Amino acid sequence: MATYTMKEAKPAPSTNKGVIFWLRENLFPDVKNTLLTLAGLYFLYTILPPLLNWMIFDATWSGSKEDIVNSGARWIFIVEKFDQFIYGFYPEALHWRPNLVAIICILFVFSFKYIKSIKVKIAGIILFPIVCYILISGGVFGLETVPTEKWGGLMLTILVAAVGIVASFPIGIVLALGRQSDMPILRTLCIGFIEFVRGVPLITILFMASVLLPLFFHDGIEFDKLLRALIGITLFQAAYIAEVIRGGLQAIPKGQYEASEALGLSYWQGMILIILPQALKISIPNLVGSFISLFKDTTLVLIIGLFDILAMVTLTNSDTNWLGFEVEGYVFVTIIYWVFCFSMSQYSKSIERKFNTEH
Amino acid sequence: MKVTKLALLVGLTALVPTLSQAGTLEDVVKEGVLKCGVSTGIPGFSAADSKGVWQGLDVDFCKSVASAVLGDASKVKYFPLTAKERFTALQSGEIDVLSRATTWTATRDTSLGLNFAGVNYYDGQGFLVSKKLGVTSAKELDGATFCIQAGTTTELNLTDYFKSQGMEYKAVTYDTSGQTIDGFKSGRCDAVTSDRSQLAGLRIKLDDPKSAVLLPETISKEPLGPVVRQGDDAWFNIVRWTMFATIEAEELGVSSSNVDEMLKSPNPGIKRLLGVTGKTGEDLGLKNDWAYQIVKQVGNYEESYDKHVGKDSPIEIERSYNKLWNDGGLMYPMPVR
Repeated sequence: MATYTMKEAKPAPSTNKGVIFWLRENLFPDVKNTLLTLAGLYFLYTILPPLLNWMIFDATWSGSKEDIVNSGARWIFIVEKFDQFIYGFYPEALHWRPNLVAIICILFVFSFKYIKSIKVKIAGIILFPIVCYILISGGVFGLETVPTEKWGGLMLTILVAAVGIVASFPIGIVLALGRQSDMPILRTLCIGFIEFVRGVPLITILFMASVLLPLFFHDGIEFDKLLRALIGITLFQAAYIAEVIRGGLQAIPKGQYEASEALGLSYWQGMILIILPQALKISIPNLVGSFISLFKDTTLVLIIGLFDILAMVTLTNSDTNWLGFEVEGYVFVTIIYWVFCFSMSQYSKSIERKFNTEH
Repeated sequence: MKVTKLALLVGLTALVPTLSQAGTLEDVVKEGVLKCGVSTGIPGFSAADSKGVWQGLDVDFCKSVASAVLGDASKVKYFPLTAKERFTALQSGEIDVLSRATTWTATRDTSLGLNFAGVNYYDGQGFLVSKKLGVTSAKELDGATFCIQAGTTTELNLTDYFKSQGMEYKAVTYDTSGQTIDGFKSGRCDAVTSDRSQLAGLRIKLDDPKSAVLLPETISKEPLGPVVRQGDDAWFNIVRWTMFATIEAEELGVSSSNVDEMLKSPNPGIKRLLGVTGKTGEDLGLKNDWAYQIVKQVGNYEESYDKHVGKDSPIEIERSYNKLWNDGGLMYPMPVR
């Protein structure tokens, strides 16, 4: 009786696997793509070596300004001014306070997804900004007061963006709901606000906050410049958030609204339990998009004399001992911005995955 | 509706200068701190050093006023202001004095409700030329190539100057000031033109600062000085005489290093300045040692100048117009007596 023995499977022919296969399949499948690949390689060849030389191999990393011999980037400027880029004018002895806030913030953001209890979440959301404010501003519990004009650098950039994001979010939801409301006065007010704010550039609002407002609060009333800017940015962002969320609300099928009514839920119950969770989930990519653009927009505060990280480059470059280091400063800031924006978009992806209920 | 709102806004804005408060001196003494408007970074005039401490000629002026009024140069709160905000900050009372390389012009002095207390730096448009050109005066620049930023007043001044001298120049035009400098760096042109104090800063940004020279000619007037609100004459006097005192101290040879010995000087001018005799301080509403405090804590004009923009600073701007009147310059302090 003939027995059938399984033959050992032969490896795929060398033309169908391995590096060569991958290269052929992905980079050189036909003439057009081959040309594109070659063009791309040539582009990298002309760009990368000089860039890497400038940034790494020919760069000066330490030492003093006087004995720079290399032709590449002079990162000693960043080293020298690092504290100013990060903390602005915040007193050096108190740098631990913003540092602590940063640590709390990171822990909070990463643990937030895993907290089950909604009560703990809400308590966290309410307590977190208060703790941060007390730590950075001081004035209580024996912490030395640090006035807002000393805040600056990356710390200020993050702070302005964070306040803008956190404060504008609830306002944006209310505005979005108001715009869809049946009450004519409320609806008109919301539409009016949203359309007005979206009709003016952020720079105008900041100028208004810094140049016009002080004229109205004349004689004695001093309104902190940073606070004015924060209010302006928050209102501006709220109008955009409102429109993003409205998009989400409109994408919810009418049946969902009707179902919530049929269940006997009140307007707020229906909104909070049924409509908003779905609408916000749909809106996540757009929300994060507008948060990222807000993060970058915060740099406009430099035109009203607040020193965010970009303004710090200009300022540190007007130190007569360190003139002519703009390029290093701008490259450094570019890297920081990229790291933050990229992290935000990655975080949003992880939230999207968590909330993904489709199968 | 919109129109009324707008009218209201305009009306309020126009109203504000007339609202300016009197009693700035009382406010400053009560708060124990001088609120001084500076720039968001002008090399040599007001900029933060690596420790985040404000330094510069304009910053020294803030310190001088604080020394005179409060007896302590460190009691200054600096308000970094952009060019657009600076006048509003002063009008609204956010700051007590503006010391921000501000050019004194008729419009600003009259229509904005402000007063210029004097000139603490005579700036003006100058020329930076490549050394290999071998030129020592702007009058020898006939036919030279200029790197120019398009559409600026500097360009107009340059055209005017060359026309009036019967000379011609070739222009290479750029959009931004950065590109203009890069053009000069790469040798596209023989010369660049801008305010002298800026050219000095630009010069040391060159790979070899010695390869370019600043010509002695100045073709436009940019008198820079401290500004106060209109309508508070007592405060205006204090700021103005603070400025004169620093220059007078230089003229009399009183500096931060010798001011204590100078208290015993027989020179009646020095005695009056330092408050050994006379009561100029009292008349200003200050203590009689006001000028002593300025010189002791901040120094005289020469010390500030040399340290921040002059020979001891990296930007090394020549005194030229900012020399004392008896040395061929324009610095003429009114006598403290």
